[in-house]
Amino acid sequence: MIDTEEQLARALEAVAGAADLKALDDVRVGWMGKKGHITDLMKSMGSLTAEERPVMGQKVNDLKRAVAASIEDRKTALADDALREKLLAETVDVTLAGTGQQSGGLHPVTQTIERITSLFGQLGFTVAEGPEIENDFYNFEALNIPAHHPARAMHDTFYFGDGKLLRTHTSSVQIRHMQNNGAPCRVLSPGRVYRCDSDQTHTPMFHQVEGLYIDKHVSFSDLMGHLEQFLKLFFDQGDMEVRFRPSYFPFTEPSTEVDVRAPGGKWVEVLGSGLVHPNVLRAVGVDPNEFQGYAFGLGVERLAMMRYGADDLRVFFENDVRFLSQFR
Amino acid sequence: MKFSEKWLREWVNPSVDTDELAEQLTLLGLEVDGIEYPADLGDKVVVARIVSAEKHPDADKLRVCQVDTGSEQVQIVCGAPNAAAGLVAPLALPGARLPGGIKIRKSKLRGVESAGMLCSAVELSMGEDSDGLLALPTDAPIGTPVAQYLQLDDCTIEIDLTPNRGDCLSIRGVAYDVAATNSMQVTEPETPAIAAASEDTFAVSIKDGAGCVRFAGRVLRDVNCAAATPLWMVEKLRRSGIRSISPVVDVTAYVMLELGQPTHAYDLDKLQGAIEVRNATQDEKVVLLDGREIDLHDDTLCITDSSGVIGIAGVMGGDSTGVLSDSKNVFLEAALFDRITIAGKSRRYNAFTDAAARFERGVDPELQERAIERMTALIIEICGATPGPVVLIEQPAIAETVDPVPLRRHRIKELLGCSFEDAQVEQVLGSLGIELSANAEGWSAVAPSRRYDIRIEEDLIEELARVYGFHNIPRTSPTTQLKMVPVSETTLSVQRVRSVLVERGYLEAISYSFVDPAVQSQINPGVAALNLANPIASDLSEMRTNLWSGLLQAVQRNHNRQQPRVRLFEIGLQYHPTDEGIDERKQLAGAVSGEIQPESWQAAENTDFFSVKGDLEAVLALSGAGWRFEAAEHAALHPGRTARIFRDGKAVGWIGELHPKLKEVFDLSTNTVLFEVEMSALATRPLARSEPLARFPSLRRDLAVLVPSATPAQAIVDTVRGAQVDNLLDVMVFDTYAGQGVPEGHKSVAFCLILQDFSRTLVDADVSQAVAIVLEQLGKQLGASLRES
Repeated sequence: MIDTEEQLARALEAVAGAADLKALDDVRVGWMGKKGHITDLMKSMGSLTAEERPVMGQKVNDLKRAVAASIEDRKTALADDALREKLLAETVDVTLAGTGQQSGGLHPVTQTIERITSLFGQLGFTVAEGPEIENDFYNFEALNIPAHHPARAMHDTFYFGDGKLLRTHTSSVQIRHMQNNGAPCRVLSPGRVYRCDSDQTHTPMFHQVEGLYIDKHVSFSDLMGHLEQFLKLFFDQGDMEVRFRPSYFPFTEPSTEVDVRAPGGKWVEVLGSGLVHPNVLRAVGVDPNEFQGYAFGLGVERLAMMRYGADDLRVFFENDVRFLSQFR
Repeated sequence: MKFSEKWLREWVNPSVDTDELAEQLTLLGLEVDGIEYPADLGDKVVVARIVSAEKHPDADKLRVCQVDTGSEQVQIVCGAPNAAAGLVAPLALPGARLPGGIKIRKSKLRGVESAGMLCSAVELSMGEDSDGLLALPTDAPIGTPVAQYLQLDDCTIEIDLTPNRGDCLSIRGVAYDVAATNSMQVTEPETPAIAAASEDTFAVSIKDGAGCVRFAGRVLRDVNCAAATPLWMVEKLRRSGIRSISPVVDVTAYVMLELGQPTHAYDLDKLQGAIEVRNATQDEKVVLLDGREIDLHDDTLCITDSSGVIGIAGVMGGDSTGVLSDSKNVFLEAALFDRITIAGKSRRYNAFTDAAARFERGVDPELQERAIERMTALIIEICGATPGPVVLIEQPAIAETVDPVPLRRHRIKELLGCSFEDAQVEQVLGSLGIELSANAEGWSAVAPSRRYDIRIEEDLIEELARVYGFHNIPRTSPTTQLKMVPVSETTLSVQRVRSVLVERGYLEAISYSFVDPAVQSQINPGVAALNLANPIASDLSEMRTNLWSGLLQAVQRNHNRQQPRVRLFEIGLQYHPTDEGIDERKQLAGAVSGEIQPESWQAAENTDFFSVKGDLEAVLALSGAGWRFEAAEHAALHPGRTARIFRDGKAVGWIGELHPKLKEVFDLSTNTVLFEVEMSALATRPLARSEPLARFPSLRRDLAVLVPSATPAQAIVDTVRGAQVDNLLDVMVFDTYAGQGVPEGHKSVAFCLILQDFSRTLVDADVSQAVAIVLEQLGKQLGASLRES
């Protein structure tokens, strides 16, 4: 009898030796074709005995299935190799930069204002805006700064010919807000303010956020509690030292300036605050016997400089794209 | 205000060191701005006496001195002109180190041995006088270290005072605060009244209603004005930031620093007639002590005599009546001028004097006679004098009256958020000199006369908190009722507008609200602008009427700094004067130049009109539909590449390429596209509404029509939309072409129709019918014809 094991070994060797689809097809024809080895084996079965024939038939069938399967596997492998070769020809340099638009960025002043408003927003403060060109009443009189008050010297005011002026603080917005909405209120007024002063640490325009919290029982302790919380959260520094120092603003009493301990140990003033002066409440029609509360004002650029490490104020308004790109 | 620490400690001497004292002052609200520590002279600079001074054998300007150091006699070579036998002066011995870092050792000068150096004030860092050796009093103990003798272990403390604390423009005022914080008592120096030695007076009157409340005067005769100011006073003044001038002038400065009362000394023999305190007549003239001739306003309170104005009250004396070294007789003035009358005058006359600073803030109304007595005593001590009686003229009718202020226990708790024991309140306020009388609710308080800043209950509570220490008050959070507030979904937030631009590669700019009128007149000519009366510079003098001036300058600045790719936007106000007042209009504006995308290894495209329009449309779309762009012209923009932007028929903005002429003005090498839109047009957004999705396929048909070249694509879109085509879902122009195959004066515009029915599948007949209607309307309205391909 014929040794199908040996036949199979020869067939697998031939399949494995086929280097491409053409050679593989030749192998297929040589084994499976009409004149192939397996067909010959089938034909030669007639010479076997009745006992041998089914046994041999089974063996030849097994041989045929095994050879067919190996040809199929080899075909798939050759096709994969061919595809891979084609794809490798399409190779790109993946280390080249991606293309398309890059994100721009918000001005650090805007980012700082948003950070401040989101922190106070958690306490229910809402944002109010108001005019930048103001009259004497809203910028000074209503804030308990009558004409000839020495505190006016603290504000180097830009004037227009008709007595109108560029607001020196956004406290004017708080006056308008209280006039229109009364008490209680929790309001923040961010915006541009102007002082005629210019050097490395002063620009004639800068930004403030003023806050106002008026209710029946808002005390000086609350003022200190809130501002301390705010500063620690703003600077993301839970152990930051915060110092409240007595000061003077005509629109608050008591008044305090607030310092934080900067790295290196120096105290740096970051904001001014106090309990709203009864005259201010009266000026906007709020009864100081019923309501009280605190107001604060902070310089946005000052906080931005400390937070982001900028050391020259003027660069904030030069709009150099190299500066602005640092705040994506 | 600067003052000598030792001088303060004569009034109150807490057992804290200089740094702790400074910390106390700062935490009292008297913020310490700086401390000047003394030069460390060590003990090798001693008081010495020149025994003899001979000319140096080989140098004309040098002298060889024999000097008594207390323990021995040494030879010193010295170049000072005042080196003469008998002079007592500081001597730096070998081993001494002077403030400038100079180390003293034995040396030879032109061959003559010198065992040290005799010193001037400059060399000891004690003044500016380098003309000669520092002359010490002849009774100074020879051999004592100079630092010990002159008490040089003193500091100059400078405090930055808030405008409410005029009282602390004096040692006396600061002393009360320091005493209060240390629970101590102030030792006020005795100022006994000095009896008149003559009946001599000088007539003074105050014109009715003029802003002079009190005027104390005194005649001093036989004053030796050429005497020298004693070193102790020179030193105290120096350490308080004041240079010694002459004894009488020094005494006026000394008393002002000590008590806070500005005073003046006149040369009695130069006064004519009598003094009248009155307002100037308009344009009346005075020559001030600093030599300037001033034209006065008639609201200015003046000291006058029969010759005219001899000083601006409370601000600066006149030149004609000042005390000089040859003056013999002196008239002293210590007055109280009304605060409001003095306010603003130093600014107006550019005379920022120590006197004006004090009178503007308020001077203690009880000080005038005391200041006269103090000056008299000092002048008699230094110069000798025969005093006349103190004469006081008053206008009590215009004096500020001060009512007792109530202080209620419960208000302390309400305002500060913490409670105080009664005894604590009384102790703290009492130490400041506030008189309290108890009543059922708390107290009735009377502030000391020097404290103009204590007028209401809140002021008293602040004093309590200030001296008690803010750091001792708890930091709390208020309790409140939590309540939600409405959140509008149809408000378009500025944040959203910003973020769309940021995602598209824009950087947010902030530029000044005031611009250069020369630039603005080119960018926005013929538009009225507001001008500042007191601009900081002429190129920052006009309020902006659009945002492009600032943005273009930023583009230019970036180009000059090798940054050609600029994508900037700004949101801010522009300002327009109108008949109704000032219109402050919030704008969104942008300036874009250079390559659209960051430079890369792929081919780059430069910014053009359409790339920026795409960015802008993405922003406008946030606010919904209703936007139109129409060709228009603007002075700053390219006449063929400019559109006016309309929202619901109202003109709200511009977009266009910078005019080539301005490109040249700004010296820009690449095209710049500008845009602006009123933010009020971007205030709202439509509430999203979900529509059912079509279940049947839509059909698209592409068409190309020939139209006259000037026909805008928008007109084709409008005509198609207006053509009442059934089932028209969208129309979009996807190509325009002119050139070969298109007749002269025409262009081909290709667009697609997208048709959709929500209840059935559309068939060819539907499309043909739509196309026929569209072509008919385009032909009728725009003269368009189908372009056969």
